[in-house]
Amino acid sequence: MESSQITRRKVEAGLPRRRRREFLFQLAGMLATTVGIVFLGVFFADLFVKSSTAFVQTFVKLDVEFTENVIAPGGEWDLTYADFDGLVRSALRSEFPGVSGRSERRELNRLVSVGAGYQMRDMIEADPKLLGARESLWVPASSIVDMYIKGNIDASLEESLRPLSDKQLSWIQKLQDSGRLETRFNSALFSNGDSREPELAGIKGALMGSFYMLIVTVLLAFPIGVAAAIYLEEFAPRNRWSDLIEVNINNLAAVPSIVFGLLGLAVFINWMAIPRSAPLVGGLVLSLLTLPVIIIASRAAIKAVPPSIREAALGLGASKMQVVFHHVMPLALPGMLTGTIIGMSRALGESAPLLMIGMVAFIVDVPGGFSDPATALPVQIYLWADSPERAFAERTSAAIVVLLGFLLLMNLTAVIIRKRMEKKW
Amino acid sequence: MTMAEMTEANGSEEQLPGNAGLGVTKMPGPKQTANGGSAVAVAGQHIELGQTIGDFRCENPYIVAENVNVHYGDNHAIKNVTLEISKQEVIALIGPSGCGKSTFLRCLNRMNDTIESARITGKITLGGQDIYGKDLDPVALRARVGMVFQKPNPFPKSIYDNVAYGPRIHGLATDRAELDDIVHTSLERAGLLKEVKDRLEEPGTGLSGGQQQRLCIARTIAVNPEVILMDEPCSALDPIATARIEDLMDELSQDYAIVIVTHSMQQAARVSKRVAYFHLGLLVEVDETDRIFTNPQHKLTEDYITGRIG
Repeated sequence: MESSQITRRKVEAGLPRRRRREFLFQLAGMLATTVGIVFLGVFFADLFVKSSTAFVQTFVKLDVEFTENVIAPGGEWDLTYADFDGLVRSALRSEFPGVSGRSERRELNRLVSVGAGYQMRDMIEADPKLLGARESLWVPASSIVDMYIKGNIDASLEESLRPLSDKQLSWIQKLQDSGRLETRFNSALFSNGDSREPELAGIKGALMGSFYMLIVTVLLAFPIGVAAAIYLEEFAPRNRWSDLIEVNINNLAAVPSIVFGLLGLAVFINWMAIPRSAPLVGGLVLSLLTLPVIIIASRAAIKAVPPSIREAALGLGASKMQVVFHHVMPLALPGMLTGTIIGMSRALGESAPLLMIGMVAFIVDVPGGFSDPATALPVQIYLWADSPERAFAERTSAAIVVLLGFLLLMNLTAVIIRKRMEKKW
Repeated sequence: MTMAEMTEANGSEEQLPGNAGLGVTKMPGPKQTANGGSAVAVAGQHIELGQTIGDFRCENPYIVAENVNVHYGDNHAIKNVTLEISKQEVIALIGPSGCGKSTFLRCLNRMNDTIESARITGKITLGGQDIYGKDLDPVALRARVGMVFQKPNPFPKSIYDNVAYGPRIHGLATDRAELDDIVHTSLERAGLLKEVKDRLEEPGTGLSGGQQQRLCIARTIAVNPEVILMDEPCSALDPIATARIEDLMDELSQDYAIVIVTHSMQQAARVSKRVAYFHLGLLVEVDETDRIFTNPQHKLTEDYITGRIG
């Protein structure tokens, strides 16, 4: 037999085995991908289902009277101490004239959120002409009513096992029948700060806190990170010191984030005496956290600039700095920005270091600046997930959805920036 | 004796400066080699390796390289090379891969400075000025000694900005009109203006390979250098683009000294006035192009030219 034929036969004999292996390998890859997608799908589906109810809220229509001698007794305005809750209560009483006795009234009062009184106060503050007028108001129902309407309370349970009594259920039924109970978009979720009352709790405080923190982080980490990357990559001599720095930057990227929180507590709060719980400290800590990420990404981007471009510029007589700023930077910028945004989205999702610097406090006011006490979105999620009220569960999911939305948006921006800037040439 | 031994023998030698005259029989300075001197017989000829044969000196030298040695770490890449280049000539550096011709070229505009392990000794003067002198800024030197690279490397900017970059950083134009003028003249001289006149704002990277290389030449001459170094400028181009570049070199040689590294003997024969043959870091032979190709003095040169070394 010819030797070439022997070779052919041997090759063909091995083929089925090769094909089988190839098939098995592909199968394993497909399985892995499928498992991943299924997990992700289940996670998202669960999240969306659970959070969907948080975006609506039950409201009750009440005919309230801005009684003059409660709000401005004797012609003297007293918005701080006026008993708006009493006005809400009397409106409820007039809605249900049959209710009598203290305990029954208390049960009746529990149908409406304490936010109703605040709502009345805000209205009269904005428009003093309302004094003495009677108005039909949609006020938020209390969270137990809201939960019942959303089907989270089982009315078939024995009365003592559910938070709503039979009487309360009948009142709710009556309100529904008369068209005085409605579910509407939950704007409070986006316009309020945190609250002990779930129906009044919103993520605006946490969002603003995160926003201020990210501003500090990007202002610090981007310039420092890029400058460090440029220096290390283009100017620093290659010796034992630069090797040591490189190894340490890589290590820093792997340090658990809570350690940065401890550092922030020790250095920024205890030593530098920056107020705790402030976005400024949070931003400082998060910049430490994102710096290594930005440096590593920027160095990779700089390394990816073809040496021929550097040579061309050098050959024309450009100085080293001109080479860097005229040629290397523009080409490396998309990569640098991508790295920065990815670092930022990591910072946005961090909660552990913020726990260490007091950003885990219960803060009702929406922060208005960099030194106001604030919390951050992931910490808010942590706080709500820890709350016993049933209604906080859906809000936790809603906050997670918002956080994921922002992360998605940031990553999308990174992709768009990269595509846009790379397409230019 | 093998080639490796020959080079080794030479590399370990302390050469004296000035391999003056035709070094065919002239003995160099002290011999410290173990095998009793570096005088070796190559195919009957008695030649001192490390002694360059031929006219490595020239009339009115503009670039003078004296006893240049380059080390990359432990690698002795250029060994005691002495070469003079006048302002009105095209000189081709030829030789097998790794012979040091590109390294020598990059010494002339100090591009080797960018390589950290590179160490250069000896003296190179440009118009009488020591280019490795303390008072000389490599930035200023590179404005006088332009370079065209092996692979066309236009900046990822517009054609206009590519050519205008050099004049801009050196402040050669005072206003936009002057800059426009420089750009147009440079493109014209590079023979590219006709093709790109209407699309100066388009990216230079969108041109064909040959056009890109001419753009790089235009970019180089926009700075108005005294010398143009070309490092295998046609090796990435097709024959037609190559021919155009060669024509261009011919025209440019009226105004600039051109030092070209090439792997193509035909190209060296076509464009250059003199040819320098490098071998394993040694400058073996320098002579008029015609003489090198018709009557090489050194056995190694002959072997290379006839294709026995490659």
